Amino acid sequence: MNIFNMTALQLGEKINKREIGVLEAVKEAVKYIKDTDKKYNAFITVCEEEALGRAEDVQKKINEGKLNGPLAGVPMAVKDNICTSGIKTTCASKMLENFIPAYNAEAIERLYNAGAILLGKLNMDEFAMGSTSETSFFGAVKNPEDTGRSPGGSSGGPAAAVASNEIWYSLGSDTGGSIRQPCSFTGTTGIKPTYGRVSRYGLIAYASSFDQIGPIAKNVSDCAAVLNVISGYDEKDGTSSKSEKGDFLKNLVYGVENMKIGIPREYFEESMDQEVKDAVLNAAKQFEIMGARVEEFSLEAVKYAVPAYYIIASAEASSNLSRYDGIKYGYRAENCKNISELYERSRTDGFGEEVKRRIMLGNFVLSSGYYDAYYNKALRVRNIIKRSFDKAFEKYDIILSPTAPETALKLGESLSDPVKMYSGDIFTVSANLTGLPGMTLPCGRDTAGLPIGLQLIGPAWKESNLIRAGYTFESWSGYREAKR
Amino acid sequence: MNYETVIGLEVHAELATESKIFCGCTTKFGGEPNTQCCPVCTGMPGSLPVLNKRVVCLAIAAGIATNCEITRHCRFDRKNYFYPDLPKAYQISQLYMPVCQNGYLEIDTADGKKKIGIKEIHMEEDAGKLIHHDGENCTLIDYNRCGVPLLEIVSHPDFRSAEEVISYLEKLKNILIYAGISDCKMQEGSLRADVNLSVRKKGCLKMGTRTEMKNLNSFKAISRAIEYESGRQIELIEAGKKVRQETRRWDDAKGESSAMRSKEEVHDYRYFPEPDIPPVEISEQWIENIKGNLPELPDAKKKRYVEELGISSYDADILIRSKNIAKLFEETAGYCKSPKDAANWITVELMKILNEEGADPETINIDFEHIGKIIKMVNGGKINRNIGKQALSKVFFEKRDPEAFVRENGLSMLSDREEIEKIVDKVISDNPGPVHDYKNGKEKAVGYLVGQTMKAMKGAADPSEINTILKEKLN
Repeated sequence: MNIFNMTALQLGEKINKREIGVLEAVKEAVKYIKDTDKKYNAFITVCEEEALGRAEDVQKKINEGKLNGPLAGVPMAVKDNICTSGIKTTCASKMLENFIPAYNAEAIERLYNAGAILLGKLNMDEFAMGSTSETSFFGAVKNPEDTGRSPGGSSGGPAAAVASNEIWYSLGSDTGGSIRQPCSFTGTTGIKPTYGRVSRYGLIAYASSFDQIGPIAKNVSDCAAVLNVISGYDEKDGTSSKSEKGDFLKNLVYGVENMKIGIPREYFEESMDQEVKDAVLNAAKQFEIMGARVEEFSLEAVKYAVPAYYIIASAEASSNLSRYDGIKYGYRAENCKNISELYERSRTDGFGEEVKRRIMLGNFVLSSGYYDAYYNKALRVRNIIKRSFDKAFEKYDIILSPTAPETALKLGESLSDPVKMYSGDIFTVSANLTGLPGMTLPCGRDTAGLPIGLQLIGPAWKESNLIRAGYTFESWSGYREAKR
Repeated sequence: MNYETVIGLEVHAELATESKIFCGCTTKFGGEPNTQCCPVCTGMPGSLPVLNKRVVCLAIAAGIATNCEITRHCRFDRKNYFYPDLPKAYQISQLYMPVCQNGYLEIDTADGKKKIGIKEIHMEEDAGKLIHHDGENCTLIDYNRCGVPLLEIVSHPDFRSAEEVISYLEKLKNILIYAGISDCKMQEGSLRADVNLSVRKKGCLKMGTRTEMKNLNSFKAISRAIEYESGRQIELIEAGKKVRQETRRWDDAKGESSAMRSKEEVHDYRYFPEPDIPPVEISEQWIENIKGNLPELPDAKKKRYVEELGISSYDADILIRSKNIAKLFEETAGYCKSPKDAANWITVELMKILNEEGADPETINIDFEHIGKIIKMVNGGKINRNIGKQALSKVFFEKRDPEAFVRENGLSMLSDREEIEKIVDKVISDNPGPVHDYKNGKEKAVGYLVGQTMKAMKGAADPSEINTILKEKLN
């Protein structure tokens, strides 16, 4: 039985029926990671010992009938900005190279309770800042589809580890597209939930008002199963929502008849790879054929989404990352003469270039004299964008767009031009500015054989729309299974 | 040339909550270093603050008690700066939408009543404490104070003298204690005040350059610092020099202040809205609830004492100056059914003991029944006032029940006329000298005989009654 070709739910079912032992699955998976991850560099930490211990414990509970959830015993891994008690959580930064939290993120806690087996911590852009997973202190992640290319970012590790079958699902985090864009580049499926759906407790903050944890998996069903476990109110996060979480597995229903899908005209006026454009428009066509009502509409405000996003995200980041000062934990420069030098050198040496760039940008836009011109204006743009999406969702159940203007980029080609890299986020950042849920799933491949990702955005708290539409499209199109 | 001193105050009051503002850690004073903190208040990566609703309740109560408008949609902001006692490198505070605005307090001054404007009250978290070891060339950090909730109460520059400042602070402190908002222990740092001060020539409308003074740990220090600083500024101006805008640190031992940092070094705090805490919506209902549950405040209490209980304005002032004393008074008055006597015994006799002992009226613990019993015994003629004072002293020092004290020491006044006469007879026969003197017209000698009789009766008698009996017998 080849467990690596199974989805998370399929493996979970076998484990539940005791056709496969948890320990056996974990051992095979760890061996596979050890053998293959050299190629992808998706893992920063593999926690074999903890995983084996947990596997025995989970197996016992399954045997005793105390655990019977669909993901019990299924191995997974999480992005290395999600805190794991007793296991290094580095944010792919020299600053936190040896940081071991004494607490679990709430999402981890919930997955553990559902019987998840954590195999390790996944590589990413440093502090989730980047779109290629090349800013990691631990080296770039490589795309399993083409190891000369980037898997996208910042959740490049979580996407690559799923795409390479090293694990069955992972958790990423999405601040401006960091789940959806890597899914697009690696042919995996991921959901950025509505802001407030998943507790941020234990997610090391990049931009607090945008950050959301979400699943990356092999298909929509697995994403729904993971989202079921991790979502819901958490009293430890003041921005966590008490709204009804529902059962996302019940949204795995085939059929999009009567669904109204809007396509923002402005998105297709952006410069974009023709093959990506064709694939996405073809996907829209498929939805029409399946019975949905698809139409173009105007969403002008999105033109300003990228600058507004980078101003607000950098502002929040500059403050969130101030705590890494060399005093309490993390990297500390040695032989400093005084406290100012300690701060300066620890932060200069401890952070990479992209992180420093965003901290400086953030400090600039918050400085007295510039606050109104940049930060406040960006907040106003954010509100305008929010209102235009709200208005669109009075009419549509889903907004359909590309996830990224291109397919996976070659390694080493992006970092030299940050502005170009930032503008690649044009399709994804609006979901973060508005807090709306978004999903990426494969909708074809370009002539080079690289996956193309389709993005669906839904109204607030309507992940159900995305899951239903995504599930239907996935079953209809067969793109998920299509190999190069 | 005459100068006018212009002063504004920033008062920090630690809130009387059990737990910190953004986590469940205790706010108790004096714990072992770093035993009262958690990932949240030490700003560990991934931790998130969750607002303690009780803090908002107390802030609203402070706003109501100081005649402020309550901000219906208030919000927290981050104040960013690096310092080792601030683990997140930002303080969660309020800048753009503080919880209370535009209030005032009315104070008594030499020239009558005066309104001091309150610009705003905002909620914020305290920082940790640095412990410098000079000898070992190292600094240790205690994070226990991190996240302890504070209110910052910012006044307008309406003060013109140290007396006005102290009068305001006493009033503010009293209100905060009465309303259960803060225990205001200056020695534990739960009430702190920074003084913004400038001077200008009398009649001049333009404000002078101001300095901010920190590290003021008592009302006395504040008073001295104000005198010192206005003197220093006037001296500079008189000498043709300029006052520098700066933050100064008061050294109470030396009785002088020194510059900490100048305006050029002022931080740009890069305030922006705190994204981790949603805005706080304060409903009319919420405000009304707090208003309804607010205890009677000092001004209202004084009015009631004077108008309803017939206490003099002077005594009422003494009684309300401490919440604890006012409570003791009300309970005692209720018990002995005589507010005037209760006020008299507390403001005169009890206060005398407290002054002599240097005891803090706010922390003493006296059973109202004990004082009430003393008053009842005196009023009922069971003991005289002197025995009452003795009993009060026993109550204060030994928590001794006054009735038991009187009974066990045989101090109650004899009401049996025959018994008293027997003792008087004995005194007369034992003191032939004075008796002889009296009979020869020395009126004063009877005083000695009264004293001897009182002594024989251990003071438990009414001296005027003895005087009458003595005179009857001798005449």
